[in-house]
Amino acid sequence: MAGILVYALHYEGAFNKNSLGAIAEASKLAGELGTEAHAIVVGESVPDDLAAQLGGYGAAKVFVVEAPEGLAQPVIDAMAKVMTDNGHDYAIFGGGLLGFEIGAGLAARLGAGVTMEVTGVGVEDGKLVAERPILGDSSISESRYKGKGIIIARLNAFEVPASSGASAPVETVAVELSPWSTKAKIVRRGEQRGADVDIEGANVLIAGGRGLGKAEGFEQLEELAGAFGGNSAVAATRAVVDAGWYPYAAQIGQTGKTVAPKLYLAAGISGAIQHKVGMQSSENIVAINKDSNAPIFEFSDLGIVGDLTQTVPTVIEAVKAKKGS
Amino acid sequence: MKICVLVKEVPDAAVTKRIDPSTGRLDRSGEKNLNPYDTHAIEAAMQLKEGGELQIDEIVAVTMGPDSAVRALHKAVSLGADRSVHLSDEALAGSDVAATGYALAQTLKRENPDLVLLGQQSDDGECYTIGAVVADHLQAPSLTQVIKIDVVDGGLRCERQAEYGYDTVQVELPAVISVGDAINEPRYPSLKAIMGAKKKPLDALKTADAEIDVALVGASGSQVQCGSFKAPPAKSAGLIIEDEDTNDTVEKIVAWLDERKLI
Repeated sequence: MAGILVYALHYEGAFNKNSLGAIAEASKLAGELGTEAHAIVVGESVPDDLAAQLGGYGAAKVFVVEAPEGLAQPVIDAMAKVMTDNGHDYAIFGGGLLGFEIGAGLAARLGAGVTMEVTGVGVEDGKLVAERPILGDSSISESRYKGKGIIIARLNAFEVPASSGASAPVETVAVELSPWSTKAKIVRRGEQRGADVDIEGANVLIAGGRGLGKAEGFEQLEELAGAFGGNSAVAATRAVVDAGWYPYAAQIGQTGKTVAPKLYLAAGISGAIQHKVGMQSSENIVAINKDSNAPIFEFSDLGIVGDLTQTVPTVIEAVKAKKGS
Repeated sequence: MKICVLVKEVPDAAVTKRIDPSTGRLDRSGEKNLNPYDTHAIEAAMQLKEGGELQIDEIVAVTMGPDSAVRALHKAVSLGADRSVHLSDEALAGSDVAATGYALAQTLKRENPDLVLLGQQSDDGECYTIGAVVADHLQAPSLTQVIKIDVVDGGLRCERQAEYGYDTVQVELPAVISVGDAINEPRYPSLKAIMGAKKKPLDALKTADAEIDVALVGASGSQVQCGSFKAPPAKSAGLIIEDEDTNDTVEKIVAWLDERKLI
């Protein structure tokens, strides 16, 4: 039976919401194709009742495979076996770092076609067609597959519905891991670096990127957030978090948080797609950047082409004055 | 030990990119340069060599691409690679990610490296997936978006940011590792290195030299067919202000925010 297999990422007893969105999308597509959407959970001692919950998002069956968590290659082994044994034609991933690694490796293993950064999937002539924005989102390309297709979605591409409460049958599958799949081992997983800050509940987010030039640039952004007062916070891009300028908990984007504040003020952020996916739903986007070609100006509501070191202190004073009046 | 660094020639960031409507492929003419992400992979290789904990005898830059890709190899050599390998063949034109990864893996098998390094994504096609494809064909452990590498117990102790925070992973060699741009600050090549780059050995290979099955590459061998390019839903363009007089600019910003009741 042709069908769709969705990878469900889980951590500490909870499923990743992008995986849940992918299962719901796959379930809808499977209905149009006249087939079923199945999910696969790979991990250490995954409880059956946890796996069965995926039925609430549309999985008709859930495969559970016992294998090390947090790395892509054991999952490639598991999905290749399940897809080959059960005749799935498509695999869908909700995005994220592991989704990209697993999807690409799986395409190599199965001789399948793979498309990443997918924002929409449709059915045409009984086959899936994936839409992918390209060239800085200025154009959308459609992917069709000669044989099996692997679809890796952009983060937040699919709506996550509330669970229907349905429970799916669970099938445990024994998979022999490839010798090279066990040559990478997790030493420590999910380490949080830096202070714990809450950016998801903020109405006003002042976000900083590499354009700040140095870690101290964030002091001004904190002052600006303070000037707005109320429910304001400071956020950061992955580049500056990896550089140690700001805590991981404040990171927006692909491997960080997704936010939608009333005001998102981006200072020294170029607006790479990995950042955009985490903040594009913000109600008002203001960008300050000295490079007039920065992609962020293509999706900001107000763009300032100028020097941060001059504009930001002046904005701080102006907002303070306005608040005081 | 031998390290192979996969590099790629990409359009210069300053050049407007477009799709050639007649072929449906990215128009790769215009100014080209070494993919900026790849310079971090070369630097990581240099630091492993200079660190001395592993005996690195040779760093080899490897690319697949048209004749002009030689320039990316010269740049890679000027940054520290000892020699380079250039896979170039008409049969490869139009290869998708999976086909490209297969062709590169076949090329790498000739070199039999202990470590393959690459940049986390290419600047043009955003294919951060090539490392995983190459690794599956080479049957080697693989990790992407690595931001720290230490030599521990004869293998590599790698750190990266994943879905739930920072992960530390111990990887046995041989391995395929793609690095993120936070891993290092690439050095600038010396004038002497730039001048000498063209004199370093360069192997030019055709598909047959790397035992590549041409039925599995190129547009006809690729499993994905891309087409029907269309414009995304239009978003009304925002207001852009060039900051010439900062006081004036900030006045406009505050008025804009105030109008939307954001202050």
